[in-house]
Amino acid sequence: MSLAKPVMRGLLGKRLRFHLPIAFALSLVAAIGFKYGVTEPRKRAYADFYKQYDAVKEFTAMKEAGVFESVRPSGE
Amino acid sequence: MNKSVLTQPLRLSSVSVVQLFHSLTTTMLRLTAGRVGSLVARRATVALTTNSARMASHEVAQAVDMSQPMYVDRLDTPLPDRPYTDVLTAADKSLKQKEKGPWSQLSQEEKLALYRLAFHQTYPEMKRPSAEWKTVLGGMFIFLGFTGLLVWWQTAYVYPPRPRTFDKEWQAKQLQRMLDMKVNPIEGFSAKWDYEKGQWK
Repeated sequence: MSLAKPVMRGLLGKRLRFHLPIAFALSLVAAIGFKYGVTEPRKRAYADFYKQYDAVKEFTAMKEAGVFESVRPSGE
Repeated sequence: MNKSVLTQPLRLSSVSVVQLFHSLTTTMLRLTAGRVGSLVARRATVALTTNSARMASHEVAQAVDMSQPMYVDRLDTPLPDRPYTDVLTAADKSLKQKEKGPWSQLSQEEKLALYRLAFHQTYPEMKRPSAEWKTVLGGMFIFLGFTGLLVWWQTAYVYPPRPRTFDKEWQAKQLQRMLDMKVNPIEGFSAKWDYEKGQWK
């Protein structure tokens, strides 16, 4: 019985040549996915919120609700 | 690499060995008294003493010389450092001599006898299932149950009175205050509240 000699060298190199491109590609996909799935919508949400933001109106609403200690609602 | 190891017959892992072993014991082929024993033979490494010495003394555990190669039945060690029986009787020695010739001339019982000289348990015998899992699960549940009793006693006798922050009214007031403060108004908590309609979006 003469079996072929098994591969003795270059095993790590072979594994890296196979897995490293896949790893880099998947990482890139994950990063791009996160950017356009999470960060861009979040930036747009913040921009839209502050486009129509009236700070004084919000402050007055909170003051009337009674959450502040320095300034009480106008009724008291 | 120990040359004698390579000349030993390889560890068999098929079930047929166990079946043939049964037929072996039933046909009463005995090399020496007590050598081919029952399936519950002890795994002790008593190779330093002969059978007659063991029968003469009471069964005291012999001190094993750990500096010598030892025999061990392990799944990850198919070829132990030495054969199981290395004190051979005259019949064993003649069998070992016959083993040096062509193996096709060995009968099936002789092959099995040689195997049992070299090894104590086959792989199926080593891997035989046990009922230990029942003990393990039973013990687990007993202790879990006991812990449950302890926890119940603790809730009854150790815990302080419940903080008022857990009451339903307090939690409703807390929720209203969070909405008044506009907690996370862009993407989080207050973003999901419709302030015009006074309800969740």
